[in-house]
Amino acid sequence: MTTPESARVEPVDESVTTTTVEELRPLYRQMLAIRRLEEASAKAYSQGKIGGFLHLIIGQEAVCVGAIAALAADDYVVATYREHGHAYAKGVAARPIMAELYGKKTGLVKGLGGSMHLFDKSKGFLGGYGIVGGHVPIAAGAALAAKYRGDGKVAMCFFGEGASTIGGFAEGIALAALWKLPAVFICENNQYSMGTPLYRSLAVEDVSLRALAHGMARDRFDGDDVVKVKRRIAEAVQRARDTSEPTLVEVVTYRFRGHSMSDPGLYRTKDEVEEWKRRDPLTRSRQRLIDLGATEADVVALEDDVKAEIEDAVHFAETSPAADAYLPYVIKE
Amino acid sequence: MPVISYREALNQAMREEMERDPDVFIMGEEVGHYNGAYKVTQGLLNHFSERRVIDAPIAEMGFAGIGVGAAMVGLRPIIEFMTFNFSLVAIDQIVNNAAKIFQMSGGQFNVPIVFRGPGGPAVQVGSQHSQSLESFYANVPGLKVVMPSTAYDAKGLLKTAIRDDNPVVFIEGETLYNSTWEVPTTEYLIPFGKADVKRVGQHVTLIAWSKMVWTCLDAAKELAKDGIEAEVVDVRSLRPLDHDTICSSVAKTGRCVIVEVGWPVAGYGAEVAYQVQRACLDQLDAPIERVTSDDVPMPYAKNLEDEVQPQIKDVIAAVKRALYLA
Repeated sequence: MTTPESARVEPVDESVTTTTVEELRPLYRQMLAIRRLEEASAKAYSQGKIGGFLHLIIGQEAVCVGAIAALAADDYVVATYREHGHAYAKGVAARPIMAELYGKKTGLVKGLGGSMHLFDKSKGFLGGYGIVGGHVPIAAGAALAAKYRGDGKVAMCFFGEGASTIGGFAEGIALAALWKLPAVFICENNQYSMGTPLYRSLAVEDVSLRALAHGMARDRFDGDDVVKVKRRIAEAVQRARDTSEPTLVEVVTYRFRGHSMSDPGLYRTKDEVEEWKRRDPLTRSRQRLIDLGATEADVVALEDDVKAEIEDAVHFAETSPAADAYLPYVIKE
Repeated sequence: MPVISYREALNQAMREEMERDPDVFIMGEEVGHYNGAYKVTQGLLNHFSERRVIDAPIAEMGFAGIGVGAAMVGLRPIIEFMTFNFSLVAIDQIVNNAAKIFQMSGGQFNVPIVFRGPGGPAVQVGSQHSQSLESFYANVPGLKVVMPSTAYDAKGLLKTAIRDDNPVVFIEGETLYNSTWEVPTTEYLIPFGKADVKRVGQHVTLIAWSKMVWTCLDAAKELAKDGIEAEVVDVRSLRPLDHDTICSSVAKTGRCVIVEVGWPVAGYGAEVAYQVQRACLDQLDAPIERVTSDDVPMPYAKNLEDEVQPQIKDVIAAVKRALYLA
């Protein structure tokens, strides 16, 4: 098992993870909503109500929630096909996400994109992409536009460690470093490229080291604590905003489920999965809230609220009309 | 009216559009300090700045994708491929991203980007640098594909491409850069989907694009000596295709020969042939003929290279077959 702490790039004062109930509560709420959204979509998928590929982020929620919490509302996010959580963290409501998974007219992209292709222009969410690594240059392009206009925006790109072996990643970060683009590249290292573990896909398992070849700033840490993720990513966001320099950040995490719904995950031992479940970022944040003085009743009320939100999203998706038009969104010739 | 080169016409188009719209910028290998591998961007860096004329390292997938990302948030990039052969290492960005994002995002994000550069065989540059990829791109919904044959068309079509809100694949004729044509000094734009009749004739319709238009015009001159008047229709944009001009010409002549420098199998000419027979079956007096390159990677030796590509004699032979003279 990877021991990311030993590979930390630079010592960071752990006091940066000091937090308050006021800060942590919304982060915990977002993580929980994402988990409940994913669980509800898994259920709908098994009922045949959601088709195609469905990649769940359960176990990794602290990464997208913590990272996106470090952004301003009008910054850009570009994500992979495992992006329901990123869209939600960027401000997209559960209703249009779930309706999109159901392929409904009321879906975020009108039933034209599906699980892997959520987009929301109004939230600066530049999309979920299904070709591994092909979206990394897109994030660099959004960052280039920010620099071109001098509007101070930052582009944040998420990808898995599996993307670090493909050309789109290599070229995207190389150009971002060369042109000093205000971007934050976040490798969500969940330790398996589909069914292939790190040691069988990477000669050097520390993805953040790729930054060295480009003279790019880097960071590497585990993604169990959402507050830590937020603080450490905030340093990279600040660097992008203040000095227009990109950062490659590797966050070591773990997905509790298979690569997609069709993957039973037989390439991992039960012990390994259980070990990581003991590090569940949601359990940790919940306990932290209590330790910080939130009452059990407060937390339960929040959890009930999330439950209702997701039930409402499912009901909305179930009762929405079917997708009905695609021609208006094919270019006119 | 001044007579200028195809190269100069493209340069003028970019210069004018960059003056007109501060969101237009050009990015590619050697476009700035080197003034363009084929000198199409000559002088643009001096006239504008490094902010708007961006020299990219050899990373087509990277800078094509950066163009897509910048276009999604409102800039209007012109991405130059040194040659379209190199677009193949960026084709994921063109096909999976640029072409799909408008539809995939439910109409939220459009991608106003131009991918341009020379394509088609040049002279003895070997198989990896001698290919016509328009049939690849014309297959993809979400892209527009444009291939001008003259300086006049090049300027008017490139200006339209830069102003288009969708991704445009703009393939220039690698051997046409020095060709000249009359180009007005006043501004003009040429809409996509409007074919141009480059020569009027009543006996046979020749349909072509890019450098094959010139081959067809040369063949038409030869045919005229035998009293055969060929009409040469330059489609100019492959996607969208101007069915009306093509079909009204074929309806008039009753004979159709499609000439392309690309490969025969699944080549764009096959699509044109399908459209023509679908719309003009009753007017056709003979089967539609196609003239293409041979079904091989391009050889290097000059004599073999010529043999592989459609020559004037090949066009004449096809016309004679269509007229039942052969």
